[in-house]
Amino acid sequence: MGSNTPAVSMRNITKTFGTIVANDDVSLDIYKGEILSLLGENGSGKTTLMNMLSGIYFPDSGQISINGQPVTIASPREAFDHGIGMIHQHFKLVDVFTAAENIVLGLKEEGRLDLTRAGERIRKICDTYGFDVDPKQKIYNMSVSQKQTVEIVKVLYRGADILILDEPTAVLTPQETDKLFAVLRNMKKDGKTVVIITHKLHEVEAISDRVVVLRKGRYIGEMKTSETNAQEMTNMMVGREVALNIDRPAPVDPRPRIRVENLTVRSSDNVLKLDDVTFTAKAGEILGIAGISGCGQKELLEAIAGLQPVQSGSIRYINDDGTEENLVGKDPLKIADMGVSLSFVPEDRLGMGLVGSMDLTDNMMLRSFRSGKGIFTDRKTPRKLAEKVVEELEVNTPGVSTPVRRLSGGNVQKVLVGREIAASPTVLLSAYAVRGLDINSSYTIYELLNQQKKEGVAVVYVGEDLDVLLELCDRILVLCSGRVSGIVDGASADKNQVGMMMTRLGGGASDE
Amino acid sequence: MSKANREPLLHITKRKAMPWQQSWLIRLISIVAALIVCAVITTAATGLDPMSVYGTMLEGAFGTERKIWVLGKETAVLLCIAVAMAPAFRMKFWNLGGEGQVLIGTLISAACMIYLGDKIPSGLLILLMVVASVVVGAIWAGIPAFFKAKWNTNETLFTLMMNYVAIQLVAYYIIIWESPKGSGKVGIINQSTNAGWLPSLGSYQYLLNILIVALVTILMFVYLKYSKHGYEISVVGESQRTARYVGIKVDRVIIRTLLVSGGICGLCGFLMVAGTDHTITTTLAGGRGFLGVLVAWLAQFNPLAMVLVSLLLCVLSRGAGEISTIYGLNQSFGDILTGIILFFIIGSEFFINYKIHLRGGARKKGGSN
Amino acid sequence: MFDIVSFIPRAIMQGIPLLFGCTGETISEKSGSLNLGIPGVMYVGGICGVIGAFLYEQSAGGNVNGFLAVLIPLLACLIGSLLMGLLFSLLTITLRVNQNVVGLAMTTFGVGVGNFFGGSLIKLTGSDVPSIALSATSKYFSKGLPFGGSGAFSKMFLSYGFLAYVAVIIAFVTAYILKRTRVGLQLRAVGENPATADAAGINITKYKYLATCIGCMVAGLGGLYYVMDYASGVWSNDAFGDRGWLAIALVIFTLWRPNIAVFASFLFGGLYILYLFIPTGGDMAVKELYKMLPYLVTIIVLIFTGMRNKRENQPPESLGLPYFREDR
Repeated sequence: MGSNTPAVSMRNITKTFGTIVANDDVSLDIYKGEILSLLGENGSGKTTLMNMLSGIYFPDSGQISINGQPVTIASPREAFDHGIGMIHQHFKLVDVFTAAENIVLGLKEEGRLDLTRAGERIRKICDTYGFDVDPKQKIYNMSVSQKQTVEIVKVLYRGADILILDEPTAVLTPQETDKLFAVLRNMKKDGKTVVIITHKLHEVEAISDRVVVLRKGRYIGEMKTSETNAQEMTNMMVGREVALNIDRPAPVDPRPRIRVENLTVRSSDNVLKLDDVTFTAKAGEILGIAGISGCGQKELLEAIAGLQPVQSGSIRYINDDGTEENLVGKDPLKIADMGVSLSFVPEDRLGMGLVGSMDLTDNMMLRSFRSGKGIFTDRKTPRKLAEKVVEELEVNTPGVSTPVRRLSGGNVQKVLVGREIAASPTVLLSAYAVRGLDINSSYTIYELLNQQKKEGVAVVYVGEDLDVLLELCDRILVLCSGRVSGIVDGASADKNQVGMMMTRLGGGASDE
Repeated sequence: MSKANREPLLHITKRKAMPWQQSWLIRLISIVAALIVCAVITTAATGLDPMSVYGTMLEGAFGTERKIWVLGKETAVLLCIAVAMAPAFRMKFWNLGGEGQVLIGTLISAACMIYLGDKIPSGLLILLMVVASVVVGAIWAGIPAFFKAKWNTNETLFTLMMNYVAIQLVAYYIIIWESPKGSGKVGIINQSTNAGWLPSLGSYQYLLNILIVALVTILMFVYLKYSKHGYEISVVGESQRTARYVGIKVDRVIIRTLLVSGGICGLCGFLMVAGTDHTITTTLAGGRGFLGVLVAWLAQFNPLAMVLVSLLLCVLSRGAGEISTIYGLNQSFGDILTGIILFFIIGSEFFINYKIHLRGGARKKGGSN
Repeated sequence: MFDIVSFIPRAIMQGIPLLFGCTGETISEKSGSLNLGIPGVMYVGGICGVIGAFLYEQSAGGNVNGFLAVLIPLLACLIGSLLMGLLFSLLTITLRVNQNVVGLAMTTFGVGVGNFFGGSLIKLTGSDVPSIALSATSKYFSKGLPFGGSGAFSKMFLSYGFLAYVAVIIAFVTAYILKRTRVGLQLRAVGENPATADAAGINITKYKYLATCIGCMVAGLGGLYYVMDYASGVWSNDAFGDRGWLAIALVIFTLWRPNIAVFASFLFGGLYILYLFIPTGGDMAVKELYKMLPYLVTIIVLIFTGMRNKRENQPPESLGLPYFREDR
């Protein structure tokens, strides 16, 4: 803004994790006294980029300069020395400590530990910017918003001039968000620089001076917020439409199979995850679920699968003869005992869907090990199944006795999907089924889902790539912060429309 | 790349998996290294050359037929406890209460012998002792398991404390049963009638014990590897989330598995009283409850490896005993050697699970697996 | 009649080794290291002190210098326990081996070391009884406070050797450091949430090493106190018994607070010897049941803290877990 030398300048930053390129040759300037939005979809590399500024990661290549001086930032402490502080999405706080203890933790101040004096300083910071923190309150007694405030105060207490906030509003109510934004504006007035990582367009518009857009690890562009609009930002964020040519056979005789009504779910720490969700999944079609990650997709699928306690609402399974069964309050075993064949491909493949240290055969057994009489497991059938899956889905593995952890991501997913399909389900739930997979494996998965659809299975596909959702799914339910933003027709929906619905409740028309 | 990039001198990353041949080679190397260190220490303590030290040790372990039988008996006891620990550890439940579970088994066995020795036939008595010791051992392990399953009470410390409750209980009954009065010892129970004593197979006193333990080991191997329960245990141990995902009742599995674990410990107590010692003391388990934990852990639940590790430790301790007797050291010398060997094998696990990258060199290789 | 004047000193003398062990283990656990090797460490601490004293008494002949007689065993004890601490740290912190496994192996090893050297020394002295007496050294260790008289008060509070007071001081100082100082705050952060502490710029490895080693040295003093003061300089194998485990139990009982441990250790010491003072007539057996009390009480405390009545009373959150920064 005012000055020509940027406060922070990142040049040609590249960072890889194994084979995944998180940031690819990104350059970015941050100027003193501005509020900058870093905009991008999930997995676009926003957080990774900022983590390199705050000393969590070290870039593979590239140069960071502070006020024109080249620097290396090897640890969070060195970042603080340069006046950079980051507020992470997962708070780094010690639960049994008080706010003041957390704030002074790791500081090398002169003299003995004086929490009273620290408390006074904390109050002063709070007065300056309009926070409300009780230095003596324990973290575990605090709300999420209070914890976030502690994190911000912690950074300010260390004299940071540049604050990076990673999706700060994801956990806040609208009122708390307004309060946070007011604080951020006060900081800006005080000459501080603020970077906010977000994917919510209205927040970009509400708070920032300038916006930088990343997509798939790459720098796409930047503009002044006052000179752009939601449409342009959405375009830059999601990119141009790509022709994928995924098959979408017409649904044959779609009948309601799962009816979810007024479903409300809270997480164990009492955060509202799903709010009054109502929809119907039909046999013989693929219902896509779109949304920014963490908007309740996981809870929705787990609630249907019997893994998530439901606060209110109903989940009904509709048999072919029209009779209905309530799935709420039943665990996976009871659901199976009711004769409901429900398969679930969870997001966490090796932590939930499969056991990494077990081989293919044993993983096939996860679903079937109870079958058969007697105390012994039948290994022949799962072994045959494993061999069949390996052959039909072209799983690249040394054999069926290889621990699945050693397989590549695509092959792990084939094993998981293969097992879930083998149970000949009537409902197939899948979460991020192609995440981290190469093109070929992805297409194998799409084909498998389509095949299930043709066989009359009600397929629920939670996805993150809008292009895929639009080409694969018959209908798309868009979630936004745990609520149904709308349900659109897959063939006729427009990508931008869905993109807007993801970030703003009811951002588009609903057609059901 | 910027010149200012600094990397730490040593960079440690987790390995994904290592072929079993390689991991066993590393363990073997560590055992050899440990034996060398032990030889140096023994030489320092005795002034002997290392070869004759090991010669003496092997002599002590295998020198006579009697010594071999004693070795077999000792190995059987340690193996039995390790086998008992195996299902709990496979589930990642730290059962450090083997000592107490064994002792409580010895206690109930001794009680049966003392109170019922002259009332029921010996065969029935033995049967009753087996059942009672298994049940009581299972209860002793089941209590901490229950609290772990229901309230996630720390099982490490709970099982540890249960050991001492058992020890004091045994101490109480020793005084009640002491014979002759005032000796502080129970003495050989039913020496005249041999009621409740396990019969010798032919002239081999310890053979039955060894066979029973071998049977238990095989059964446990089959149980863990081929039964539905064993499968559930593995899933719960690897990932409780996966277990819930497929509808396994985690708390029930925890309790059931510890009942099995404690039951076998109880059986081990029975074997000690009925099969070998025919008496009861508070030190009958003699730290083997803990050593069994280490054996199970080192063997990574592989029963064959458990046999080998138990044998190795018993050979060492018998061998060190021989050295102690001959060269006027004391018996605890064996504990020191055991300790050293354990530290080496334990330390070697690091090299199996982690990879060390030196600065500069293998930067590219880091993410290769 | 319950003889309180003789009960209290005995309870306290029983309690002091527990207090050392408990304070040491607390320091270690506050950094996240559950050191089950403490019983072994206390044996090593005791025997190293005995070796030091033995060698000094042998070389000094008749004229034992009081200062050296205290200093040499003390140093020997501290060095021995430090080595054990380093061993535990190396294996669990640097090599990230499971703490329970290392702890148990250390206990086996430590008890073995104690009994081996103890046995060897006994053999060296050629005595008839299976013990070794270092009465010259013990004299200096068990000397009561100089201003103590012979009244009941003096007997109950001023009659102990200096290590007893050191134990109490260490416990209170540790409590103060943990609660009130920057070092304590950072140490607790390491044990609660190493990732957070790491992000705050605290050197996790350094803190864990220091806490574990210092913890071992403090615990080792418990072994030394036991031999030199409580047992009047007489080492006999296995005499130290299960006090090390009891010290670990005491940590839970005191909810990781060394200042509470001062009183709790005396209470445990009292429970440990209560059987001697409760009139049970000739019934020796019941006395054994009374010895169960400390453990039962610990189990009950464990169950209740496990039911999460209060977050402050929980074990350090990362207790027993190795820290590996790259676990993402």
